Amino acid sequence: MRAWIDGVGLYAPGLANWESSISVLRGATPYVATTAPKLAPSLLPADVRRRTTDHIRLAVEVGAQAIAHAAADGAQLWSVFASSESDGAITHNICEEVAKSPPQVSPTRFHNSVNNAPAGYWCMAVQSRQPSTSLAAFDASAAVGLLEAVAQVSTERTGVLLIVHDTPLPEPLNSARPMTAIFGAALVLTPQPTPRSLAQLELAIVPHAGEPSRLPDTALEGLRTGNPAARLLPLLAALARGNAEVLQVPYVHSQALQISVAKP
Amino acid sequence: MTPLVLSHFTAVNALGRGSTAVFDALVSARSGLSPCTFEQVTLETWTGEVAGLDDFTVAERLAEFDCRNNRLAQLALEQDGFAMAVAAARQKYGAARIAVILGTSTSGILETEHAYQRRDAETGALPTGFRFATTHNLYSAADFVRRTLELSGPAAMVSTACSSSAKVFASAARLISLGLADAAVVGGVDSLCRNTLYGFASLELVGHEPCRPCDAQRGGISIGEAAGFALLERPEQVSGHSGVALLGVGESSDAYHMSTPHPEGEGAALAMQRALASAGLGPEAIDYINMHGTASQVNDAMEDKAITVVFGTHTPASSTKGWTGHALGAAGITEAVISALCIQNDLMPGCLNTRALDPVFTSRILLANETGRVQRVLSNSFGFGGSNASLILGAWT
Repeated sequence: MRAWIDGVGLYAPGLANWESSISVLRGATPYVATTAPKLAPSLLPADVRRRTTDHIRLAVEVGAQAIAHAAADGAQLWSVFASSESDGAITHNICEEVAKSPPQVSPTRFHNSVNNAPAGYWCMAVQSRQPSTSLAAFDASAAVGLLEAVAQVSTERTGVLLIVHDTPLPEPLNSARPMTAIFGAALVLTPQPTPRSLAQLELAIVPHAGEPSRLPDTALEGLRTGNPAARLLPLLAALARGNAEVLQVPYVHSQALQISVAKP
Repeated sequence: MTPLVLSHFTAVNALGRGSTAVFDALVSARSGLSPCTFEQVTLETWTGEVAGLDDFTVAERLAEFDCRNNRLAQLALEQDGFAMAVAAARQKYGAARIAVILGTSTSGILETEHAYQRRDAETGALPTGFRFATTHNLYSAADFVRRTLELSGPAAMVSTACSSSAKVFASAARLISLGLADAAVVGGVDSLCRNTLYGFASLELVGHEPCRPCDAQRGGISIGEAAGFALLERPEQVSGHSGVALLGVGESSDAYHMSTPHPEGEGAALAMQRALASAGLGPEAIDYINMHGTASQVNDAMEDKAITVVFGTHTPASSTKGWTGHALGAAGITEAVISALCIQNDLMPGCLNTRALDPVFTSRILLANETGRVQRVLSNSFGFGGSNASLILGAWT
């Protein structure tokens, strides 16, 4: 099951976008988790942006970076969104509200609470009527999203935008499901190589996972384990290095997703 | 797409436990809706509540998963011999060759709602014993189901609001066609919670009476809860099966509004057209359309327009939400199972509770049950965020 990567988007503390993060991801510069810039993706008109949350803006930010990098038309791409916890700020707010009597749930918050809200805003922003799905699988969410995206590329012979993103939950929920930092990444995947292709990917499910691929920089490794979406960081690091590599990313149960990265 | 048989299927919803209970209610025009008495909810509305979910807990070995949502999932797995059928498939293919792809919108959020009612007054901390990963987390039910069925193939939870458990068919079919699995347990589960009841009420989408899909006087949705499952296999690998196959799937996005569908139903029509293309069928091949038909003003109006665009004005169509209520993330599988029952029994349900059809509607909406040859059914599921999915199920010998 193969796909080619034509564009990358990235957003995390100290990793504001793909271009400026390549040196850190290659290991040439140490990772410093500086405060991430304010999320204000220009794809969302100001009045729409005001009604969104950081979780939604994060998805749109990395998606916009990736299609710009790939020079792809967002309206033509299918899309796959993967997030373990969806929008924690909204979950917290609505759970607080419905604990009251009588509750006053905000209608905007409620419609933003669906787990495909980022997908809905994305499709509106790029005017895409193509299929879009939103998936979750706890710590394997990003791997499950990558598998679904490459499965779509392979079976439908279409370009697919993958967005993986998770935002730390506010307390008291963060104590129940700890995350240390915000993380989002996006890949534009294509069914055949193009002049813009950065790498070729080949996926396989490994029934009994070995050691997951890790990052040599301990701070970056802390980001990988501190946010479920960041489990794809080893793939981004391989893309930054530009070498042929075989990676293992934890998949569901005790399995792993084997990702073979090769030059396009 | 290459057809996949539904070798077995099951459902639990407000109509009862298992296919026979659901079918009997359809035939006898008995609604599962009743005035909302869920917890201390003060809304004047009707719900499709599943009886008895407080009377048991999940299997002891999976006790950490115990919550209303997973109890509902377990109850469904126990009906129609479904778990036994999956056990036989596991023997045949191996546990790692069967995928579990389910849909939900709110998973076990009710557990978190309860925990928020018991936060520490000083620190705000949630009560000890609160289990997040195995209840509220979106993946909880998929993990619970695959552990219950002792499967270890690919797994995922699809969460695209009210299209979730229709889109699972598309994901599972892709995995099977790529050889990543030989079979898949698809379906979904969603259960009542304060979040969705008060949330839909905030959008003024909740009706005060039992929902009346396609009625001129329709006043909004009745929220339901449900679980349902189907075992998908390649036809050549199955000997005995239900006589129903998945023939096509179509997915699309509205790109219009977060909580309002495109008024002309352009995204909905696109999903139906793609389902027909996926099945290699023309619109005349469809005998009955099971509508999304929530009984909200805008959904039913746009869906009628979309059906007219794709099918013209002669194909019988109806919504069965007057029976089950709107099971949200479990609506897709609930109505896939109903569609399969319609094929098995040559039944076309009407719109229960609906008194007078909206006079501006142009598609052929059934108000009463009809019988007639039902070879192929198209089932629609549309969700917030403009997420659309249409399934085509057909008789398979």
